[in-house]
Amino acid sequence: MSEIRESEVLDALSGVRDPELDEPITTLGFVSHVERDEGTVRLRLRLPTYFCSPNFAYIMAEDAKRALISLPRVERVEVVLEEFHVAREINRGVERDEGFDRAMASFSDETTGEDLDAVRETFRKKAFVRRQEILCRTLLSRGTSPRELAHMRLGDVPPCPELEVYLERRRELGFDLSPSSPLLLSAGGDPIPEEAVVEHLRKARLTRISLESNGALCSDLLQARYGRKEKSSA
Amino acid sequence: MYEKDGEKYFVVDGHVHFWDGSPQNWRNVHGQQFIECFHDYQTALSPEEYKWPIEEFYKYSEERILHDLFEVGYDDKAIFQPTYLTDFYKNGFNTTEQDGVLAEKYPDRFIVNGAFDPRDGEEGLRELERLAERYNLKGVKLYTAEWKGRSKGWSLKDDWAKRYLEKCVELGIKNIHVHKGPTIRPLNRDAFDVADVDDVASEFTDLNFIVEHVGLPRLEDFCWIGTQEPNVYGGLAVAIPFIHTRPRYFAQIIGELLYWLGEDRITFGSDYAIWQPKWLIEEFVDFQIPEDMQGEYGTLTPEIKKKILGLNLAGLYDIEVPEELKLKGAHSGTGPVGSDAEPVAP
Repeated sequence: MSEIRESEVLDALSGVRDPELDEPITTLGFVSHVERDEGTVRLRLRLPTYFCSPNFAYIMAEDAKRALISLPRVERVEVVLEEFHVAREINRGVERDEGFDRAMASFSDETTGEDLDAVRETFRKKAFVRRQEILCRTLLSRGTSPRELAHMRLGDVPPCPELEVYLERRRELGFDLSPSSPLLLSAGGDPIPEEAVVEHLRKARLTRISLESNGALCSDLLQARYGRKEKSSA
Repeated sequence: MYEKDGEKYFVVDGHVHFWDGSPQNWRNVHGQQFIECFHDYQTALSPEEYKWPIEEFYKYSEERILHDLFEVGYDDKAIFQPTYLTDFYKNGFNTTEQDGVLAEKYPDRFIVNGAFDPRDGEEGLRELERLAERYNLKGVKLYTAEWKGRSKGWSLKDDWAKRYLEKCVELGIKNIHVHKGPTIRPLNRDAFDVADVDDVASEFTDLNFIVEHVGLPRLEDFCWIGTQEPNVYGGLAVAIPFIHTRPRYFAQIIGELLYWLGEDRITFGSDYAIWQPKWLIEEFVDFQIPEDMQGEYGTLTPEIKKKILGLNLAGLYDIEVPEELKLKGAHSGTGPVGSDAEPVAP
């Protein structure tokens, strides 16, 4: 059996995003260590703070496991979240595939019994809105007017990387991808009437700025946290 | 007071602490991690000369806070926002009593806020009355992510929380500072969601809700609530230090806040000792929206900066502003632009 390549592992992990930031865990610096041993992949994750929200941490650990187990020749995946206030609960829960609510039961019984579906959906929508705004910004900067955006169909958009990512986010929400479907959609999947386009884009811009400034803060905190560790262990 | 280019700024620092995060006070590993996390925030977002070694950061002296806030820091008044964290710290991290020692010693300098936790039931209501009487409270700081045994947080929508807010109205505590945190009930939902602020702000119209850290990391949800609730304010602690390391992000954040909330509902806070008012104020007064963004956000005028740095909070806390530091003429706020806009369902 041939060895699993590190590039395969990292490539699979680049499809795992921090739901709050809409960025891959690989570029965020959350992957601290990858080890391959025959059919087993061991992965260590680290986060910007010890007190990050447990549900997002769980989503990333769970998604990482799923992404890796789907690789050919991978038989076993171990995910370990480092230095985290509920690391034990999350690591055990992901190992046993028991879902967030059960994994957290020893920490607190304050869950709704619906696991993470609702929170995943909320953040898929935010990511979708952000990517839509980025694409529209690109189109506006190339001379398209807001009024034209209101009437554009997906098939009218010239190919560009921003469109690719937008379509990916749109697919995740199960929205129409046909070339004749409207370019602009609300987070709920409804078309935007012409008179509401400017306001829609204003709010979309706010969502993008929120996600991106959170990303900046997380990246700075991660560097401070692990920079300090590396300094003190040196 | 800060003076620059012929303009004078009255400064009310709406978010300071006099904490004890020292190892002797740690109840468990969470106490250590919490103060280290604060220290990471300082390290991540401060100019080099304002970074402290962690040992100094654990606990600091009365002399140091007075020096940093008032001798070099330009604060005219500073408001203590307590954070109890009694599950992490033996004597609490930064309680009303700890802060109150300084507030009683320097009454012309400090205002101390109280706190409550609706999970404390009837006894907590009596404690709030006691605090209000002793410290003449005008505000409380609420930390909804506070752990209490197996409970990892609470919501402003809880029935008990509303009983406490009713008590605040009765006691004349009109400023409710809200800080979200990473854990809350239900744990599987977004802990940072500010929807409960919306709920209570429309129910308790006599109270002002100052959302600390402008709702970060949920700026978008916060701004949207701010357009609908005139008694919702945004405190800049944690957002304002972006001015140094990430000025373009800061420009966008302040630009969005001015658009959605308007200049009358944004307040300054250093979050001392995480950050120091001296450099925050110097950089904020010097700050301008970058030219390529001015089409979207306009510019920051000295009047806007005066309101944010002190006049808005002076209004909320009935702080007397010297005549020469008040705004001249009809510089009343124009209100947020966003409020006239046709809302679209988010």
